Amino acid sequence: MKMAVFKRQKSIIPGFGLTMGITVAMLSLIILIPLASVLAYSFKLSPSEFVELITRPYVLQAFKTSILCSLIAALINCVFGVILAWILVRYNFPGKRLMDGMIELPFALPTAVAGITLTKMYSNTGFIGRALEKIGIKAAYSKMGIIIAMVFIGIPFVVRAIQPVLEKLPSTCEDAAYMLGASRFVTFRKVIFPEIRPALLTGFGLALARGIGEYGSVIYISGNSQKNGTQVVSYIIMQKLNSGSVDYEGAAAIALILLIISFVMLFIINILQHIASKRTNS
Amino acid sequence: MKKRILLLALSAALAVTSLTACGGKKKGSDGLKIVNVSYDPTRELYAEYNEVFKEYYKDKTGKDIEIVQSHGGSGSQARSVIEGNDADVLTLALAHDITAVEEAGLINSGWIEEFEGNSSPYKSTIVFLVRKGNSKNIQDWDDLIKDGVDVITPDPKSSGAADWAVLAIWNYAKNLYNNDEAKMKEFLGKVYDNVLVMDSGARGATTTFVENGQGDVLIDWENEALMTLQEYPDEYEIITPSSSILAEPSVAIVDENADKNGTQELAKEYLEYLYTDEAQRIIGKNFYRPTNEAILNEYKDTFNLSVELCSIDDFGGWDKAYDDFFADGGIFDQVYQK
Repeated sequence: MKMAVFKRQKSIIPGFGLTMGITVAMLSLIILIPLASVLAYSFKLSPSEFVELITRPYVLQAFKTSILCSLIAALINCVFGVILAWILVRYNFPGKRLMDGMIELPFALPTAVAGITLTKMYSNTGFIGRALEKIGIKAAYSKMGIIIAMVFIGIPFVVRAIQPVLEKLPSTCEDAAYMLGASRFVTFRKVIFPEIRPALLTGFGLALARGIGEYGSVIYISGNSQKNGTQVVSYIIMQKLNSGSVDYEGAAAIALILLIISFVMLFIINILQHIASKRTNS
Repeated sequence: MKKRILLLALSAALAVTSLTACGGKKKGSDGLKIVNVSYDPTRELYAEYNEVFKEYYKDKTGKDIEIVQSHGGSGSQARSVIEGNDADVLTLALAHDITAVEEAGLINSGWIEEFEGNSSPYKSTIVFLVRKGNSKNIQDWDDLIKDGVDVITPDPKSSGAADWAVLAIWNYAKNLYNNDEAKMKEFLGKVYDNVLVMDSGARGATTTFVENGQGDVLIDWENEALMTLQEYPDEYEIITPSSSILAEPSVAIVDENADKNGTQELAKEYLEYLYTDEAQRIIGKNFYRPTNEAILNEYKDTFNLSVELCSIDDFGGWDKAYDDFFADGGIFDQVYQK
């Protein structure tokens, strides 16, 4: 592909111009232009208004909540995602196919439906929430509720990132490590983990990015209480849009900051991933 | 891989069908169709009213018409119309949301004078819904600030019902503290300190209180509370506080769209018919307070008519009230954000 761009040599595979044209058009229509309009709207505020808005205590609190909860959720997803992927790749058991398909359900289910269902289950009158309440844990309408929703929507990213890598990793590697006297833990740490680390970072990054901007599944279970710090950034954005004054500029300004934070996080993760894959490939 | 492709094809098919479904606008049997964009709790009211109006219009003109309903949070419905939702009439929770559409240039100024009673064919108020037995003994607004009382109410930044509720609390505190603003703010702040879950809209708050069993008291539209009571007569009680506010949900023709769609006359007739005796009875039956005094009296057993009601005029109209209370940095932010 790169050759075709730089050398202007006729590629053997035809249709480069056409596919590139479609790609650029789609990217512009669906991603670039809408994002640019976010930028344009937020620049309607003067710099001082912009700073004043995004440093308001409730806005800062929402950023803190969103980032913290999505970080924790992404970490949880990493642990369980690896285990899930491991089970699905390495073992055969009845219902494996079904389980494999179920992983993608959070993608397919409308997030609002997921949110309402999770809230019902995890509130103190719900089936799971009641049990948790007995041991003193308040699940729904707390930060924990937000994390639960984010774990739900983020898990497929991690599993689907790791699965192909594990599939490619022959179990003979583990056998060899075992024969060379490595304990199970050492085998995991020294043989398996370095292989899946780049994929794990990708999965972590995707789950994190998804969690930070999540709206549908989170707003029902969070309770949106400013006092308890359970308002997430996407809720604040919707609040600005739904209020009687329809504050596009304010919403766009907060969205812009959210975008920048996500971008920086993904950027850092990409660098880490780059370093990690270099190490394993060399 | 195959599975992925199948999924993609499926979602593409879904997208296409939903697009064509939206595209099928303006195709009543006689080409007449109006779109009524309304707020959350009016679903049942307009479902019934639309049938009656269709019949009336058919008798009068011989034409079949189609009426499309849309419901959602009042503020977000207003925004959808500003952004291009082709509504012919707006029937929202408060005048301020219609003013927002007016300011976008879609509604002619002076709309509030166009129909009787501030263009508000039905009224409501704000009451409390508590669980049967009322174990926390909640009788009035000052019971809401007590320790250990969990309050459910939607977010005043996005819900019309919550806006009316804040003003009702303010009015109560004003009488209690003789206009001492510092104390009134403290009172309002204490009520919101007890708020356990703040949903973005009134229906969401009802779900939280009724379905998910959260909180001791729901601050709610009277019509929503009465409807909940009708559905679950043995589980809840309505408590009317000593004072509340006369909520006036407003209606207006979206002139820009109606002129373009050629539905100006029909839209006017649709909203005017809300004031007829027949429609006023439907309104009463659906737990909204009719504007027609005589018909309101027919429903005097449904509503607590002795409650003392302040009105939006006491706050200098909606535009002023919105700026004072709900704009960024307004009274609500001052008491709630710490």
